[in-house]
Amino acid sequence: MTLDQQIVTVLAAGAATILTRALPFLVFPASRPVPGLIRYLGRALPGAIFALLVVYCLREVNILAPSEVIPQVAGLATATALFLWRRDMLIAIFGSTAVYLILVNLVFVS
Amino acid sequence: MDRIKTVVLPALVAAFPLTIPILAGFVLTGMTCGVFAVLLGLPWWVPSFMAVAIFAGSAEFLVASMLVGAYDPVSAFVTILIVNARHLFYGLSLLERFRRIGAKRFYVIYALCDETFSIEYASRPPQGVDDGWFMFWISLLNQFYWVLGCTLGALFGAVLPVQIEGISFAMTALFMVIFLDQWTREASHAVALAGFAASVAALAVFGADTFIVPALVLILVVAVAMRRWVEPACAATDLDGAEAISNGGAGAGDGTCSPCVRSHDVQDQVEARDEPSGTGSSTGAKGRSEEFARAASDPAYEEER
Repeated sequence: MTLDQQIVTVLAAGAATILTRALPFLVFPASRPVPGLIRYLGRALPGAIFALLVVYCLREVNILAPSEVIPQVAGLATATALFLWRRDMLIAIFGSTAVYLILVNLVFVS
Repeated sequence: MDRIKTVVLPALVAAFPLTIPILAGFVLTGMTCGVFAVLLGLPWWVPSFMAVAIFAGSAEFLVASMLVGAYDPVSAFVTILIVNARHLFYGLSLLERFRRIGAKRFYVIYALCDETFSIEYASRPPQGVDDGWFMFWISLLNQFYWVLGCTLGALFGAVLPVQIEGISFAMTALFMVIFLDQWTREASHAVALAGFAASVAALAVFGADTFIVPALVLILVVAVAMRRWVEPACAATDLDGAEAISNGGAGAGDGTCSPCVRSHDVQDQVEARDEPSGTGSSTGAKGRSEEFARAASDPAYEEER
């Protein structure tokens, strides 16, 4: 991407974010009730969307190549174990990223 | 000048202590985001620019990774729209209050990230302090911490001697952890599991470059179709949480909404709220978010306060 294209992409993402924050004020004047379906989706969707984002991060992993799969699985297992143990997002992220970096750079060197 | 002394400064004094838990979390997570973006090969100013133009943690990680790929602003717009769709529910909860604060609402709406929302929703200014300036300062202080963290991280990342192979795993770990956090708080995992299956199916059918928008559509359709089974399960296990609209949570501004928060978990979280939160990018804000989840679910709760 060129510099201009990067700026346009960031601004597009910014516009989308502002839209999600401002839309209720545009759509629901005064105290018009919020439909039940909308409230249900607000509760039900986030788990599914973060599952999608994990899959998105893994989209280019070649599942037939152990040197790619093993570091990813080990990293995700570390993140899961650390988070369930300490309930601290930063510890889980830094710890699992360290495990992944070590595996990719020192063990499965291509 | 009198107005500054009698209105603006008292609101700042009232707002600042509430933002202290966010200070540590935002600076640390912002630095992670800044280092991440620069190590992907982006210019040093991109993280700061995103912190102003987007100001939503998980979205900024995602956009940073998109910036090193193919140019596709429409896909970026749609993806971020759906990733940040939870913000819709924050605005819904603050409709009336924001209407009363005049032009300051334009900034406060723009800066309505998860943590800012959870503080503003759960707190009221002390008597005699202007609510508009109170919320304005909470928003501005939090955004300042985030911009500061992103900028520091970018400058730090820029002076690291080498590109580190595999640093993008930090984003995978971030989303995994948010997913787990969500998982431990939901009474029904049905939609989360269906979302995972739908994502894998879309990846298999459409391939790595174009699967995300079809996956989002599929998730939406599946979630709507599952409503009649999922919603009674939530209501049965969780009397309080059944009406909870949403809540915030993760450090980088990734709120997560729980499809029915279990009421005892909410209680635990509320009680844990005042404990020191370690590095807690998330824990400080989470207590308030959970409190919000309870407040939203139980109108009497807010009146008690």
